[in-house]
Amino acid sequence: MRHGRLPLILSFLLPPLAIYGIFVLSPYLQAFQISTTDWLGYSAQADQVGLANFRTLLHDGYVWNALRNNAILLAVVPVVTIALGLFFASMLTMGGRKGRAGVTGVRGTALYRLVYFFPQVLSVVIIALLWKEIYSPTSGLLNGALRAIGLAEPPAWLGDPRFAFWCVLAVMVWSNVGFYVVLFGAAMQAIPRDIYEAVLLDGASRATMLRKITIPLLWDTIQVAWIYLAIAALDGFILVQLMTNGGPNFSSDVIGLRMYDTSFGSENKFGYASAIGVAMFFLTLSVAVLALRTARRDRIEYS
Amino acid sequence: MKRREILRRSAAAGLLATPAAGLLTGCATSGGDDKGDGGAYQGTKSEQNPLGVKEDAPLEVVIFNGGFGEEYAKAHEAMYQEKYPKAEIKHSATQEISKTLQPRFVDGSPPDVVNNSGAGQIDFNGLVSQNALADLGELLAAPSLDVPGKTVRDTLLPGTVEVGSYDGRFLVLNYTYTVYGIWHSTKLFADRGWSYAKTWDEHIALCRQIKAAGIAPWTYAGLHPRYMSWPLISTAIKLGGPSVALAIDNLEPNAWKSDAMKTAADAWHQIVKDKFILAGSPGLDHKQSQTAWCQGKAAFISCGSWLESEQKDVTPAGFNMTVAPTPSLGSGDKLPFEAIRGTAGEPFMVPAKAKNTAGGLEYFRTMLSRKGAQDFTRKVASLPVVAGATDGVELPFGLATVVKALDASGANGFNWVYNNYYRKLERNLVDAACGEFFSGRISPTEFLDQCQRGADSIAQDNSVKKYKRAA
Repeated sequence: MRHGRLPLILSFLLPPLAIYGIFVLSPYLQAFQISTTDWLGYSAQADQVGLANFRTLLHDGYVWNALRNNAILLAVVPVVTIALGLFFASMLTMGGRKGRAGVTGVRGTALYRLVYFFPQVLSVVIIALLWKEIYSPTSGLLNGALRAIGLAEPPAWLGDPRFAFWCVLAVMVWSNVGFYVVLFGAAMQAIPRDIYEAVLLDGASRATMLRKITIPLLWDTIQVAWIYLAIAALDGFILVQLMTNGGPNFSSDVIGLRMYDTSFGSENKFGYASAIGVAMFFLTLSVAVLALRTARRDRIEYS
Repeated sequence: MKRREILRRSAAAGLLATPAAGLLTGCATSGGDDKGDGGAYQGTKSEQNPLGVKEDAPLEVVIFNGGFGEEYAKAHEAMYQEKYPKAEIKHSATQEISKTLQPRFVDGSPPDVVNNSGAGQIDFNGLVSQNALADLGELLAAPSLDVPGKTVRDTLLPGTVEVGSYDGRFLVLNYTYTVYGIWHSTKLFADRGWSYAKTWDEHIALCRQIKAAGIAPWTYAGLHPRYMSWPLISTAIKLGGPSVALAIDNLEPNAWKSDAMKTAADAWHQIVKDKFILAGSPGLDHKQSQTAWCQGKAAFISCGSWLESEQKDVTPAGFNMTVAPTPSLGSGDKLPFEAIRGTAGEPFMVPAKAKNTAGGLEYFRTMLSRKGAQDFTRKVASLPVVAGATDGVELPFGLATVVKALDASGANGFNWVYNNYYRKLERNLVDAACGEFFSGRISPTEFLDQCQRGADSIAQDNSVKKYKRAA
């Protein structure tokens, strides 16, 4: 019986591994190889330049500027998104005030859950264009509202280096929160109610309940959310490219856009762009590993 | 066999498979050989067939599907087909030229004709430095398809060959003639009793008047602020002469900080200081700002002559958009008021490794025939680079003003090409500086400093090929 299973397992394993090798690993390896050349992308000619691209990278002010923005995204987006997600999810599952054992959601929970999930249904491109119109200084919804409440000269949002980056960051949070509300909501459903009932009997407030019971029991889910959001924060390319294209004056630039612009945008230095990509690869990898390490806690099992 | 053993073995097999896969896909940079198999299809040259087209050779044309659409190209292809009925023509249109065609260039199998335009344009600097483009010199010397006794070169508007030349080789056919100027609505101006100002002082006075009437004098594409670099540099060139542009194009030290550029930047700073720009303009993209202008929220906008077709859907009837040159700074100007920036745009190229280079050149000859050019004008309401293409064609209002401005400008017309030589310098660096300057965050001196820093960074970048032009 045993020896009959080997061909079966191999035939299931090999095709996916081969596809993975061809379409994922080999491009990665090629990117590493291209990053050591001065390839300009439109002929087969590429000369080896060793680590010169990486040396240029270290002194490229535009790259560092973009990295700084990614660092801000990394620091802000996961925290804000997870905080908002937890808040909304706990309101939806245990925010109701019915006086009885208070583990019901607020009124209209189903509707809210649906509404929060809307951004997740839209494609990122649509979200970017939608918000670009909302932020439009002359005809946008936002400035329309600001003018209605009496602000004579509302800001130009995406046209102002003080705000452009934060405007994009806000959209990033907005578009992500819905998913995590649903994710955390589902995880909260799995927490046994008797735990809540017990702490309620002990007189715990809702804030204590969230801090001492819900968050520890959700820790695994939060950790996953953290890693996803951290990786998303290191990207941010689509939103930035469509909403500001890195401007004004590079104030909303991110590293992904730098890579794109270097290869397909204003230049075609594919070798240098690959070097940026390789740097990004290691950054993302280290962030993911760090997030996993620092968030590691003992797993609590209900039984 | 234990389960773990199986897993370990298959993992090993996977590892072994990876390098093999690498061999299968080949390296991204290794495709194609450098021997230049261009012109695989070669016919015999004759009087009827000066470029040596092989009459049954297929021709592949890739069109940028932008403001001009693709219908005009289909008409040109039909004309080609008429002459070579045995040739099979493959037509495609895309907005993403570089992303679609990059692998095919590397692979050594590019299409025969590429309309390299739009935001996804392939940087010409790189194409030229990698010898990826076929020399179009032969086309210039060939006789025109339907103007007897003239070569193709003779039928072109002045400047066409220069703009498409790199180090003296004509590599890029820019098919449309584009005029860059300041646009206003004749209707708005007639209704209010305003008239376009010919000097800068009068322009400022007019702006004051317009602002007092409750309309913003100016708006611009705040998200692509390089649009405002065009009138500013034009002002400087009219003051200091074409050498101002020559210095910028040739990346001469401190070209951006010449006296003419300083005076021009100081002058333009006035419209920022006096808040003559529609509030919120820095946050508008080109469409949004042009639409605000069409809605009468602003009086002036800087744009090229594609504006009319780009705004076709939102321009109110009787708006009558008119192009005008930048106002003169004063009597010290080297060029008269009428001088305007005109240049050939909308680049077409034949890749060096195209299979049917002769067919590509012949396709250009078809485009540049009187018949092809007039058909283009009729279809997209724009000027091709062929002299007399507008004869007997009824032009829309805006285009008629463009033709008039070009006529008035005559031999005083000027142009610059640093944006073709060094795409990044205009698209990224000067663009960013313009954004800061026209939203009032930096002074004229800081603006020119920032532009100069950008130009210097290009000049110092060894991986960018440098081009010089003589005049």
